[in-house]
Amino acid sequence: METAVIVNRAHFAALIMFHYIFPALTMGLSVMIAVFKSLHYFRKDERYGRAARFWSKIFLLNFGAGVATGVPMEFQFGTNWARFSTIAGGVVGPGLMMEGVYAFFLESTFLGIVLFGEKRVSPFVHWLSAVLLAFGTLLSGFFITVTDAFMQHPVSAAYRATPDHRLVLTDLGAYLTNPYELWMYLHTISGSLITGAMVVAAVGAFYALSRKHAEFSRICLKSGVIVGLIFSAFAAFPTGAKNGEQVVTTNLAKLAAMEGQFKTEHGAPLALIGMPDVPRGALLDPIYVPKLLSYLAYGDAGAAVRGINEIPKSDMPPVEVTYYAYHIMIGLGMAFIAILGIGLLLLLAGRLQTSRWFLWLLLLAWPFPYIANEAGWCVAEVGRQPWLVYGLLRTSAGYSTNVSSGEVVFTLIGFMGLYFVLGVLFLILVGKTISQGPEQEAAQ
Amino acid sequence: MTTLWYSMLGCMLIAFAVLDGLNLGAGAMHLILGRGNDERRTHFAAVGPLWWGYEVWLLAAGGSMVSAFPILYAKSFSGFYLVLTLVLWMLIIRGSSIEFRQQVDNDLWRGFWDVCYCISSALLAILFGAAVGNVIRGVPFNSNMDFTGSFALALNPYAVLVGVLSLVYLSMHGSLFIALKTAFEEHRVRALKAAGILYAMVVVLIVLTTAASFPSRHGLGANFIHHPILLLLPIITITGIIGIGCSLKAKNPLSGLAASAMALAGLMGSAGASLYPAILPKLGQASGGLTVYNTSAPQADLMLAAVLNLVGVVIVIGYSTYVHKVFGGKVNIHEEGPAY
Repeated sequence: METAVIVNRAHFAALIMFHYIFPALTMGLSVMIAVFKSLHYFRKDERYGRAARFWSKIFLLNFGAGVATGVPMEFQFGTNWARFSTIAGGVVGPGLMMEGVYAFFLESTFLGIVLFGEKRVSPFVHWLSAVLLAFGTLLSGFFITVTDAFMQHPVSAAYRATPDHRLVLTDLGAYLTNPYELWMYLHTISGSLITGAMVVAAVGAFYALSRKHAEFSRICLKSGVIVGLIFSAFAAFPTGAKNGEQVVTTNLAKLAAMEGQFKTEHGAPLALIGMPDVPRGALLDPIYVPKLLSYLAYGDAGAAVRGINEIPKSDMPPVEVTYYAYHIMIGLGMAFIAILGIGLLLLLAGRLQTSRWFLWLLLLAWPFPYIANEAGWCVAEVGRQPWLVYGLLRTSAGYSTNVSSGEVVFTLIGFMGLYFVLGVLFLILVGKTISQGPEQEAAQ
Repeated sequence: MTTLWYSMLGCMLIAFAVLDGLNLGAGAMHLILGRGNDERRTHFAAVGPLWWGYEVWLLAAGGSMVSAFPILYAKSFSGFYLVLTLVLWMLIIRGSSIEFRQQVDNDLWRGFWDVCYCISSALLAILFGAAVGNVIRGVPFNSNMDFTGSFALALNPYAVLVGVLSLVYLSMHGSLFIALKTAFEEHRVRALKAAGILYAMVVVLIVLTTAASFPSRHGLGANFIHHPILLLLPIITITGIIGIGCSLKAKNPLSGLAASAMALAGLMGSAGASLYPAILPKLGQASGGLTVYNTSAPQADLMLAAVLNLVGVVIVIGYSTYVHKVFGGKVNIHEEGPAY
C-alpha cells in the first residue's frame, strides 16, 4: 500500500475511533434520560427527576467532548479526502447537510433547556425538551449511518454517474431507504443503548458497593439491567443477524474476512475461535461448528461459501483486523446477554443490590460495551476496504493529493496529543461528578 | 439555482458569524473585560446554554457546502490543510474551556481555562477573517486547479488586515453582548466603554479594508454597477455602522447588537455580492479559479437539497428563537441549579 493511503486511513481511523467513544454513550444515555424524565413527569416521581438531573450532568461532559471531536469529522472529508468529496459529495452531501440542519440543531438547542432551563420552563416543556434531545440524537445517528450505508452498498436506484465520473443523487428516497441502512442503524442504536444502560448500571453498582445513595443506585441498577438486556438481545437478533445477511448479499470478501474462511467450500463450518494465518492461507487452531456458516449465510447447510484464497488480493480487506474485530464483538455481545441475564434473575429475586460479587462484575464491565462498539465499526469499515464506496471508488483514489503525507502525520500527532489531554480531563471530570453523587433527598 | 445556493450558504455563514461572533467576541475580550470570577463567570453563563447551537451553523454550512459545491469544499479545505487544522484545534480548545472551567472550584484551574478561552477565541476570529480575506484575494491555483495554502500564503498582509478587522469587529460585537447580559453595573459600563473604543477602530479598519480590497481583486465593483440593487448591501452596512454609533451614544446595548448584526450581515453580503459568480478566485486574475458553475453539484441535487435546507432552517429559526427567549434577560450567576 502507498504511504499516503496508510497515513490518511490512520488519520481517519484515529479521529473517528476517538470520536465514537462519545456518541456511543450519547445516543444511549439520551434515551435513558428521556425515560427517567418521562417517569418523573407522568408519575410525578421526584426520584426519577433527580436521576435525570444527575445523568444530564454526565451527558453534558460527554456531549461537549463529542462536539469537540465531531467538528473535525465534518471537515475531514474536505481536508483529507478531497477526491472522495469531489466524486461522491453530490450524493453524500445532502445527508450530511440534513444531519446538521435537522438533527444536530435540535439536540444542541434543547440540551440547553434540559440542562439549565428546568426552572425557567414548565415541567411539560422540560419533559418535551428531553424527548426532543433524544430524538435529535437518534436522528443524527440515522443521517450519519445512512452515509455509511451508501458507502457499503451504493444502491443503484439512488445515484447515477456523470460523464466526468462524479456521482449524482437521483432519488433521495432510495438513498434514505437503502436496505443496508435499516439494520445497520438499528444495530448501531442497540450498541449505543447497551453502552448507555451498562454505564448507568455500573454507576448504580458503584454506589451500591460503596453503600451510598441507596435509592438512586436501585433506580440505576434496575433500569440499566432491563434496558441493557433488551438491547443486547436486540443487537444479536434480529439486527445483528440481518446486518450479516446484508454483508452476504453485498460483500463476499468482507464475509470471508470476518469469518476467517480461507477455502471456498460447500457446507462451510463456523469458526468460533482460531487465528488467521494469511500468508499460509489457513485458520490456525480453530474450533469449528460444522456446516453452520453455510447455514447462517444462505439458509442451506450445503451452500458454497467463497473463501479468501479465491478472491483477488487487490479486492481483499485486511483479514486479521476484520476477523478479530468481528469475533471480539460477537464474543462480548454474548457475554453482555449472559451478565445482564443473570442481573435480571437477581433483580426478580430481589437480590440485585446485595449480591456484591455481581455488583463488582457490573462495575468492571462498563468499558466492554465501548470495545464492542468500536470493534463493530472496525468490522464495518476495515471490512469494506480497499473500497471507499464499495465497487465504485477505491480508497487509494479518494485521498487528497495536494496534502503531503508529512502534513497528515503532523496533524495526526497533534490531534492525538490534544485528544489524549481531552480524554484524561474527561475521565477526571466524570469521575468527580460520580464521586459527588446525585443531589441529596433531604429536599423532600 | 446556483445563485440561490450561493446566497443560502452566505446566509448560513452570516448566521454563524453573527451568533458565534457573540461567543468569539466575548472570548477575545474575556481577560480585558472580566475582572474577578463573578464577571468572568457571567461571560460563560451568557453563552453556556446556547453556544452549541451557534457552532452548529458552521457545521450546517459545511454540510451545505458538500451538498451544493462539493468541489469547492474539497479544493479549499485540502488546500488550506494546515490552517484549517489549526482552526479545528482552536475550536476544540474553545469548546473545552467553556465546558470545563466551572467543573473544578480552583483559581488556577479557572485561570488556565480563562486564558485558553481568550486565546482560542481571538485566534479563531482572526483566522475566520483571514479566510474571508483570502477568498476575496484569491489563491494560486495550478493547472490541476489545486493549490497548497501554507501559513505564509494564508496570512498575507491583505488577509491579515481582514483578520484584524474581524477580531476588532467581533470584539465590539461581544462587548455589546456582555453589556447586555451582565448584572453588574461596573462591568456593564466597562463593556460599553470598550465597545466605544473598538467601534472607532472598526470604522477606521472598514475604510482601510475597503480601500485595500479594490487593488487586491480586479473588477470587484462590477457586480454593483450591473445590478444596482446590490448597492443595498453596502447601504445596510453603513446604516448598521451609524446605528451602532447612535446606540453607543444612547448606551443601549440591545439596539447596538441589532445594528452590529445588521452591519456584519451587510459587510459579508457585500463581499459575497462583489465576488459572485466566483467563489474562490485565482490569485491576481479577474477570471479563472472556482466559480459557482464549476464547483456545484448537478442541478437535480441542488433543487432538492435547497428545499430541504430551507425548510430545515426555518424550523431551526423557530425553535431557537424560543430557546433564546427562555434564556433571555440578564445573567444571574447565583441562580440555583446547574449553571456555568
